[in-house]
Amino acid sequence: MSRTLLQVTDLHAGYGATEVLHGLTMHIEEGSITTLLGANGAGKTTTLRALSKMIKVRGQIQFDGQAIEGKSTEDIVRLGVAHVPDGRGTFGSLSTEENLQLGSYTRKNKQESALDQEKMYTYFPRLKERRQQQAGTLSGGEQQMLAIARALMLRPRLLLMDEPSFGLAPLIVREIFDIMRTINQVDKVTILLVEQNAAMALDLAKHAYLLETGKLVLSGLSEDLKKDEAVRRSYLGH
Amino acid sequence: METFIHQVVAGIATGGVYASMALALVMIYQSTHHINFAQGELAMFATYMSWTLINAGVSYWLAFTCTILLAFALGVLIQRIIIRPVENAPVLNIVVVFIGLLVILNSIAGWVFTYTIKAFPSPFPKEPPFGLHFISSHELGSIGVTFVLLLLLFGFFKFTPLGLAMRAAAQNPDSSRLVGIRVGWMLALGWGLAAAIGSVAGMMIAPVVFLDPNMMSGILLYAFAAALVGGIDSPGGAVLGGFIVGILENILGAYVIGTELKLSVALVLIIVVLTIKPAGLFGKVIVSRV
Amino acid sequence: MSSNLSSHEKATPWIWLVLGLLGACALPFFISNYHVFQLSMVLTYAIALVGLNILIGYSGQISLGHGAFLAIGAYTTAILMDKADMPYWMTIPIAAAVCLVVGFLFGLPALRLEGHYLALATFALAVALPQLLKFKHLEFLTGGVQGIVIMKPEAPWETLFGLKLNADRWLYFFTLAVTVVMFVIGWNLIRGRVGRALIAIRDQPIAAASMGIDTPLYKSLAFGVSAMFTGVAGALSAILVAFVAPDSFTVFLSITLMVGMVIGGVTSLPGALYGALFIQFIPNIADQISKAAPWAIYGTMLILFMYAMPTGIAGLFHLIGRKLRPTHP
Repeated sequence: MSRTLLQVTDLHAGYGATEVLHGLTMHIEEGSITTLLGANGAGKTTTLRALSKMIKVRGQIQFDGQAIEGKSTEDIVRLGVAHVPDGRGTFGSLSTEENLQLGSYTRKNKQESALDQEKMYTYFPRLKERRQQQAGTLSGGEQQMLAIARALMLRPRLLLMDEPSFGLAPLIVREIFDIMRTINQVDKVTILLVEQNAAMALDLAKHAYLLETGKLVLSGLSEDLKKDEAVRRSYLGH
Repeated sequence: METFIHQVVAGIATGGVYASMALALVMIYQSTHHINFAQGELAMFATYMSWTLINAGVSYWLAFTCTILLAFALGVLIQRIIIRPVENAPVLNIVVVFIGLLVILNSIAGWVFTYTIKAFPSPFPKEPPFGLHFISSHELGSIGVTFVLLLLLFGFFKFTPLGLAMRAAAQNPDSSRLVGIRVGWMLALGWGLAAAIGSVAGMMIAPVVFLDPNMMSGILLYAFAAALVGGIDSPGGAVLGGFIVGILENILGAYVIGTELKLSVALVLIIVVLTIKPAGLFGKVIVSRV
Repeated sequence: MSSNLSSHEKATPWIWLVLGLLGACALPFFISNYHVFQLSMVLTYAIALVGLNILIGYSGQISLGHGAFLAIGAYTTAILMDKADMPYWMTIPIAAAVCLVVGFLFGLPALRLEGHYLALATFALAVALPQLLKFKHLEFLTGGVQGIVIMKPEAPWETLFGLKLNADRWLYFFTLAVTVVMFVIGWNLIRGRVGRALIAIRDQPIAAASMGIDTPLYKSLAFGVSAMFTGVAGALSAILVAFVAPDSFTVFLSITLMVGMVIGGVTSLPGALYGALFIQFIPNIADQISKAAPWAIYGTMLILFMYAMPTGIAGLFHLIGRKLRPTHP
């Protein structure tokens, strides 16, 4: 029986006067990959932003037993939550290597960080080729890899991924999904994956949630959701 | 010919001061997108602090160092206490706050130190260096101090983790938070550094223009112009702009228009440059997608 | 900033305006001559702030140099009265025309610049003008550092409706009349085509241009019109003070105007009046609080106002008005 790493209870969040999430309750098992599916505008990105407190929230969020709904983004990061935002969030004017170094900014042990940097280069050889290149000039796929690598430099316990497949060629998407599988199995990183590409997400993740206009309408094992009529018609195309 | 060289050299010396102030302006601009109109008064206030220490018997270089530290602390405090509450306010409101700060610092300096012009010592000897005729020891020393300062700053930002974090926070505060950088403190640090840079600029220029509460207003204007000429988002450009403005001011003042109108003419020329190259000499022209 | 006319412009209760005007007319008979003079100065600042608001609030540009237009208006009046013996009331429209043209001409190249660059350009104007006014070769016209002294006009009648009329009171009524005219012009401009075009340019410049609004023309026009208002204010102030000199028009004056506009309330006609009151009287109050460092008090008040009233005094009144009338949307 796996322990719960992340417990969300009755989460409300939004932008200014507009509420987007209307009372979300979900949990993430340690060591698992969970996917959050939904159409455009359902609130998937908002959910991740709420979890890393980039926006104001109402409700409870518990990470590893600790309440984090009152903490700032910087403090949540220090607890071991890494968020790869939509749009990648790379530091465009800085070099690839500088982006990676920033990922380990909060870590005290600099030797370990340097070793991790080399490990990232083995996961993403293309980044090694471009280590001194300005990050803004990397291709979309490379920037996505850089964003993931930067998040991994934190040695996170929980990785929040926002639509990694967005705007990328299918081959690159497959690469990225393979890497996610690897870091989950080898480095034991728990992943919460927000995706529009439901098919690939349900293949990768063990658990799934379906979000529609700010409310969770379905949850369970991915293999069960894959067989669900409504899911198949609306999100899997058959 | 010698006087011409001296004007150029003097221009480089004052240019170094403009460059430092322009750099301070660009630093704050890059992280907040605001022009710190109170930058000059901060520098002036710091220079007065230095004067107080020196007058109390502290040796010059010790006072110099203490002043830099004090100015740094003052900058951090001001950012945390006065600026932070209006961080997200409309631009015009922030401008008014800066003006309020400017006026407060100027007034307190006048009250505590009076408006009588004071002499400020130069740590460099009175005799010209190596018997050269076109440069004074203070000018040479001033250029040297400016270069050391710029070099240290460059090294800090390029090679230290904190410098990297500050650059990141200035560029992309959201992503910076996502790697755990405390962006608010980076802003405070930026202010502290800018104030420290300003204090050095003030201490280098005070022996030349003499110490009085209004000494930095013209200098700030030149620094602002220099930052724009170099490109408001380019630290290197700001530094180069500072030297250009310094030399321009001296040459214009000596050969073209005399000291009365040189400020106006220099500014007009700068505006002409900006009309031709709106983003400054080294600024990036951002093409915005409609 | 609201992207349309602030609602207290649409729904200003006329009763307040009439009462205010009546009060303003009655006031000079109850206070000392010096206070009457101060109120007249407040009115001139209000006109200047309307001008500045047209430029900054409605058309979204910036000027740190409007003090220069105060100077141009003031000096136009002074020179015409001193050298051409022109009656004071005739100089006002001429000062307005001069500033309209100068402002428009300044606006033409200046609109290639945006934001900080425009701020610097206008700041340069404010710095350069006093220096030009002191320039030796123009002394025959400007009076150099000493400036020009003009004759303070006398009241044309001894009494008005049985109440004693002296020079200060007469000039107050004259200023009040001009102020009302300028406010009406400003009001019509803002509510009409020009105002809407300016707001469109401010909020969505590219969309505005693609809708056929001649953006460069309107932006320069905004400059010209705002300069015209400020020029009228300058002309009036010259008559009131009976003296112009370069050092009356420092850069600090330009900054004071901008501060007054923000504190009064941007994009607000009544805000111009509140801002003008602030500019005129707060320095006096600051002086009373601390003789030693009055400007430190002034600066502190600026900062406190920005913390407490981000939308200016007009914004605060608007909020209070909304709270007191809960049934109105």
